[in-house]
Amino acid sequence: MTSKLGASPLLRRVLIGTGVGLSVLLLLTPLLLIFIAAFSAGIGGVISNLRDADMLHAIGLTLLVAGLTVPINLVFGTLIAWCVTRFTFPGRRLLLTLIDIPFAVSPVVAGLLYLLLYGSNGPFATWLDAADVQLMFAWPGLVMVTVFVSCPFVVKELVPLMSTLGTEQEEAAVLLGASGWQVFWHITFPNIRWALLYGVILTNARAVGEFGAVSVVSGTIRGQTNTLPLHIELLQQDYNATGAFIAAALLTLMAIATLVVKAILQWRLQRDH
Amino acid sequence: MRKLILVAGLLASSLSVASAKELLNSSYDISRELFAEINPLFVAHWQAKTGETLTINQSHGGSSRQAQAIIQGLRADVVTFNQSSDIDVLHQRGNLLPANWRERLPNNASPYYSTMAFLVRKGNPKNILDWADLTQGDVSLVFPNPKTSGNARYTYLAAYGAAKQRLGADAARNWMIDFLRRVVVFDTGGRGATTSFIERQLGDVLITFESEVNNIIAQYPDLELQRVVPATNVLAEFPVAWVDRNVTRNGTAEQAKAYLEFLYTAEAQQLLANFFYRVHHPEVIAANADKFPQTNLFTVEQVFGDWEKVHTDHFANNAELDKLLAEGRRSR
Repeated sequence: MTSKLGASPLLRRVLIGTGVGLSVLLLLTPLLLIFIAAFSAGIGGVISNLRDADMLHAIGLTLLVAGLTVPINLVFGTLIAWCVTRFTFPGRRLLLTLIDIPFAVSPVVAGLLYLLLYGSNGPFATWLDAADVQLMFAWPGLVMVTVFVSCPFVVKELVPLMSTLGTEQEEAAVLLGASGWQVFWHITFPNIRWALLYGVILTNARAVGEFGAVSVVSGTIRGQTNTLPLHIELLQQDYNATGAFIAAALLTLMAIATLVVKAILQWRLQRDH
Repeated sequence: MRKLILVAGLLASSLSVASAKELLNSSYDISRELFAEINPLFVAHWQAKTGETLTINQSHGGSSRQAQAIIQGLRADVVTFNQSSDIDVLHQRGNLLPANWRERLPNNASPYYSTMAFLVRKGNPKNILDWADLTQGDVSLVFPNPKTSGNARYTYLAAYGAAKQRLGADAARNWMIDFLRRVVVFDTGGRGATTSFIERQLGDVLITFESEVNNIIAQYPDLELQRVVPATNVLAEFPVAWVDRNVTRNGTAEQAKAYLEFLYTAEAQQLLANFFYRVHHPEVIAANADKFPQTNLFTVEQVFGDWEKVHTDHFANNAELDKLLAEGRRSR
């Protein structure tokens, strides 16, 4: 009765053309512009901006926050996913819904929540004060809110997969006398590693780029609690547009590097099998 | 693995930094360049005097936001703000310093001050010389929103105070309606207003602190922008204080006090004058007389009462500012 969609060569060309055109316009052009603006003051400008102590610290701090957030959320996310897909217990659905909270609330709200809880007016203030522990307006606070806003990624990747995989293989392994760790390492892990890897990559991307939550608990102390996204805003306000674009280009490079790492890992793992 | 080593290194370095003596100066948005020059001077001065090596860290933001962060636990040793009400908040809400903080340092604890100035385009085509010229012909204005910006609150109060002196209370009110109606865009902060005026080419006149006007002129030499300082003007103080509770906890009371007192020395005052802030030191004033036109300055307190009253009378919801804006819209 009707011809299949895409059977007409003209329609196909129009659709493909629109898709490619939009990608170039919306994705590629802004990315290119960042790099063009970053190099607008020449290579010397790039080098002098990159050697600035505050910039170096912002880069280091961003890597530190991501470097701590990713392993924490990797372990936490795997445990939660294991819990909700391998056991049935009352409140299981509730737990699955709770996991979505960091995505549902605005990052600014997340930052404020942590500030209320661990700041000077929070319930732990007296105790933290006595122990002379500074969580908010210091790097631990940055890690805490970043862990919060990025924690659902790994869980969200694992839960659907682990539900479909079912428990037969693992039950068989247990019957054959495998220990819990052996079951995880030899049966579960090989099945979920792709999803896990993807979760890690998304977590890392979010941890590196997080602005809202971090901006609330940072206190923006230059050379101490300034991550790269915050540093971009500061440079912009200092009339240093070139510096801001260089920092932005760095963040973009980190994102591209993440994608490249993902592609390489995928290729190598596929080759192995 | 390499990432782990990096992390460990960073952790170690951040811990080792924490053991040296440090001061944290929490300041307003646009003072970064200023303190970037003052801090090394003080560090050298303190080293020569006591032999102790000091590190001074800076945090910059809107000063109300900075005060809020300190109340919530940011351990700033000293605050250098552009509005005294933001230091009062530290006493009222957190009891972090005593109510009489103004009396602990000279000149109301304000080592430097400024006033409002107009930035006009090349050649001053609309011939703007004083407040009254701003409502002539089709002159349009740019300054930030007085609701969100301390800078703009001073602009509003300066314009209103000058109009009251010139025209009397009733006529001043009508003049303010006209004045506010000519604002093409109310940005949230000073830097946003600068962008509107410079990059977007909006308005004939940008009104901001005299110091900032001079910095913008220096920043964009090609535009050949000009500065106009009106004859009757508001005194904008830049108050400083050490935060007692934080310096006690950090063991930096002595350093924090010395740092703020250093701002009153000839050396630091000259630096402040280089950034076009007006200062108190007689010799520095004499040496920089040509930089600062003579103006007749009134204080906010003299004309409008204390800041709390100013807020409820003028900037609260449905107070004078909102009424003036609404009347301006109706009469258009």
